Amino acid sequence: MTDTLFPAATGTMGQPERRYEAREKVTGSAAYASDVKLARTAHAYLVTSSIGRGRLQSFDLTAARALPGVIDILTHETIGDEIRQTPSIYGGGYMADTLRPLGSAEIAHWGQPVAMVVAETYEAAREAANLVVVSYAAEVAPVAGMGSSVATGQALDPMGFAVGDFDTAYRTANVTVDANYTTPAQHQNPMELFATQCVWEAGRLTVHEPSQYVNNVKFGLAAQLGLDPSRIRVISTYVGGAFGAKGFLTHRTALVAVAARRIGRPVKLVPTRAQGFTVSGYRAETRHHVQLAATQDGRLTALRHEGWEVTSRADTVAMGAVSMTARLYACPNITARVNVVAADRSTPGFMRAPGEMPYAFAMETALDELAHKLQMDPVALRRVNDTQTEPVGGLPYTSRSLMLCFDTAAAAFGWQGRPSEPATMRDGDWQVGWGCATAFYPTHAGNSAARVRLSADGRVHVESAGHELGQGMYTMMAQVAAEELGVPIAQVTVALGDTDLPPAVVAGGSSSTASVAPAIMAACDAIRRRLGIATGVPADVMPAMEASGLGTIEEFTEVRAHGTAPDSLRGLYRGMALPAGGVHLPDRVQFALGAQFVEVRVHRRTREIRVPRVIGAFAAGRIINPRTAHGQLVGGMIWGIGSALHEHSEIDTRNASYINANLADYLVPVNADVADVQAIMVEEEDRLVNRAGVKGVGEIGVVGVAAAISNAIFHATGIRVRDLPIRIEHLM
Amino acid sequence: MRPFQYLQPATLADVIVAQREAPSAVPATFLAGGTTLIDLMKLGVMQPERVVDLRLAGSDFAQIRFDGATLRLGAFARMAEVADHPVVAASFPVIAQSLSLAASPQLRNMATLGGNVLQRTRCAYFRDPTWAACNKRTPGSGCAAVDGANRQHAVLGTSSQCIATYHGDFAQALMALDASVVLGGPAGTRTIPFAALHRLPGNTPHVETTLHPGEIILDFVIPAGPWASRSLYLKIRDRQSYEYAVASAAVAVAMNGDVVADARIALGGLAAVPWRAHEAEAILRDAVLDEATATRAAEASFAAAVPQSHNAFKIALGRDTLVRALLQAASMEVRHD
Repeated sequence: MTDTLFPAATGTMGQPERRYEAREKVTGSAAYASDVKLARTAHAYLVTSSIGRGRLQSFDLTAARALPGVIDILTHETIGDEIRQTPSIYGGGYMADTLRPLGSAEIAHWGQPVAMVVAETYEAAREAANLVVVSYAAEVAPVAGMGSSVATGQALDPMGFAVGDFDTAYRTANVTVDANYTTPAQHQNPMELFATQCVWEAGRLTVHEPSQYVNNVKFGLAAQLGLDPSRIRVISTYVGGAFGAKGFLTHRTALVAVAARRIGRPVKLVPTRAQGFTVSGYRAETRHHVQLAATQDGRLTALRHEGWEVTSRADTVAMGAVSMTARLYACPNITARVNVVAADRSTPGFMRAPGEMPYAFAMETALDELAHKLQMDPVALRRVNDTQTEPVGGLPYTSRSLMLCFDTAAAAFGWQGRPSEPATMRDGDWQVGWGCATAFYPTHAGNSAARVRLSADGRVHVESAGHELGQGMYTMMAQVAAEELGVPIAQVTVALGDTDLPPAVVAGGSSSTASVAPAIMAACDAIRRRLGIATGVPADVMPAMEASGLGTIEEFTEVRAHGTAPDSLRGLYRGMALPAGGVHLPDRVQFALGAQFVEVRVHRRTREIRVPRVIGAFAAGRIINPRTAHGQLVGGMIWGIGSALHEHSEIDTRNASYINANLADYLVPVNADVADVQAIMVEEEDRLVNRAGVKGVGEIGVVGVAAAISNAIFHATGIRVRDLPIRIEHLM
Repeated sequence: MRPFQYLQPATLADVIVAQREAPSAVPATFLAGGTTLIDLMKLGVMQPERVVDLRLAGSDFAQIRFDGATLRLGAFARMAEVADHPVVAASFPVIAQSLSLAASPQLRNMATLGGNVLQRTRCAYFRDPTWAACNKRTPGSGCAAVDGANRQHAVLGTSSQCIATYHGDFAQALMALDASVVLGGPAGTRTIPFAALHRLPGNTPHVETTLHPGEIILDFVIPAGPWASRSLYLKIRDRQSYEYAVASAAVAVAMNGDVVADARIALGGLAAVPWRAHEAEAILRDAVLDEATATRAAEASFAAAVPQSHNAFKIALGRDTLVRALLQAASMEVRHD
């Protein structure tokens, strides 16, 4: 089979190497966390709150305890103080939220774990969980979210900023847009559920859990259990999708660890798909108010973006991506503000392009509205406002190839000749529309360490506690070492996802390759220097290795990412290696950018929306592996279709519950919804962002698609929909 | 797992014997494809004490036979087999389409026709026992959906006690084609019109069918007619596959030139039970099938519709779906009309 999809290695493109672990995954031999076989495993099942706010009054455990096979039932009454109160990541700690697992009788949200049954079999645990009778007291009506009349927004002043004089510029402008947008709650729903297995051996705890940050789990769990971190090992060899949901420590891990210690046996928990909706964080619903002003020729003179995000009562979480939407285009007068609305919900978290997707939907739809008012081509509007200097702090972009992306994608799409008037293209009974939007994602990197061992027989072993989420981490690590040492990739083995390995950054913020590749390169440099080989140029190290008479050379390196504090390397050894960069640097801004074009069809009678074509062009610095990068970009764009048309965690306001917490009713695109999706990787060289020149492609693919689809729907029908997901009823 | 008695009788006679011998206080729940029952057992919605597995006994009732006048579909035939059957696809397209547009390939390979028509509603409040109020699950407890999220819910045939939608697709084809259904049970075999199988919710939404205790669906009998070959199933939904209908229409039309000789119409995703649109049929009969007639017929079908807080759009969508289906049927290329 020839690979026509992936560009061959040229310039900033690496080789489209095949996946390192492809055979294991295709044959089913890859052991995910719940596949790991441990002797004498007991099985756990969660009991979760069915009310949205109140107190636990009592448990009747009689029937559950009497069920054959039941070993133990953990509740806040039976667990005592075995789990300590620790801060969330928003308070400088490790947890995804600040609630203490089974910490008290207080119910903070629907779906909160209130008990965990441990039994000989999964079936017995589930049945016993069904037999646990929970009585709730003092139930008051919860605040379900943004729409509740009880909820009020609270401004987060540090996230707001202003330059110039927005009010005057807006008031005196030729052309203005003033619109409100909303996006719904959404859940990552990775295919692999939130499994955890814990086993204690001689006072040491091993955790098998799919994770985007094994060292976060290790150090967070040590704090919760009062253990020396050296007694905990966390292993995450493969992760079956994460998308932000597996980034930080959730309640379940300590519960399983405590249960395993209490009964002296390994314990395995696999929460159900429905429970997964509150096991971890999610993308909270957002609201946006955008005001734009421009001259007749389309130059922006004023831009205001204010966002509201739902958060929990326990944690103030806001993605606040006005920091990015306000920096995309040249504009002298800008005001940005972020607010949170506290609700009786579980703490929101990170979901692929957490703030970028909803904030881009608002800003990039508003720009389309402006283009329509100006009777200007949407691409031309972006061109007029293109800049190499961000407008808020006046900092330079390390590189910015936005218009190259627009021109490349527009040519591939056939944008030229698009009628500017909406509702003018038809194909039989289908109205046809074309829309586009800018995609952006801040370039991050975090501190990381790596160990590389070169053997005299030419074998290379690479180790770093990065994470294989399906994005291609194993392949990337092997490829970088092979290139740096000039050995065939087949001779490279890789270990990752294990706290016994050199620590690496959290697999979040599209930063894994940008962080770990430089650490591997530095370790390879050290090997080359030991062999007297110049660094920075291609070379085969094996002749020098043979001449040296050495059996193995092993080098360990730590790399500190640009923008991290000089003492931040210590955080690497405490599960605190978080990405830096993007818009948070004193000297520059770093972004990957892209342009996305879509065609939609809307049936003239029954209003179904179909997306036959999506084309994105992306400039994201060096692409180490065009095959795996292509998978991430296409996957991201498919997510974009879902974010625009399908994904919606529906909330019953009476108990602030999710009523479609299953994959039949929580819609994501299926194969039939995904027709022609193309990702074009534009050559871009950026030697500033990091040594590898990598900007990351994990999240940018999803960012602009929802706006491009809403813009295309307007073009097809003349109906502007400002609320996601866009469905049949919006177009009737 | 909640313990239950499990029986797998070898023949239909054994099933009936097992029924007679069982204490009447412990009624049997039948298992065929299992795609509804096992799902609802895992959710705790159905908690049978005795499960009678019909997969062996039912194997005699899995055939697809067509004698030129009547199509007989065994109730234990799998959805996928029937959808792919060349005679069904050629002569009864509405049946093939209603089956192949339903569920996913995995489910269609497991689910039987008999189980399919008896599938329970997808109402979120029915499916989650932590909601106390559900008259279908617990008679007299109320209806959580009326004041809840009810975009999916029905606009036709509902009652103050229950607004759940019947979500099946195949049943709409059977309704439209005037199918009858052969039932077997302790009292022998009987045949009833398919339209008499499901009961409107009224004040007893927990009683969903007219099946007698212990009765099993054995065969579906579908008469051939000039309308059957000019038939189709139009299913409107938010995504293109693996989703229940937001609105659907099964139409079968016999034409005499531009004039409708006979029209049979059923509507799905919109009603509490499989829904025959007799009012629309009466308007179409002997009329020229054009947009104006189709629109009048569609409007008549929804004259008695009752919207809920989140699904008022379904009335207009249902009308538009039927208009589209009728015009599509009128323009079908059919060999023998």
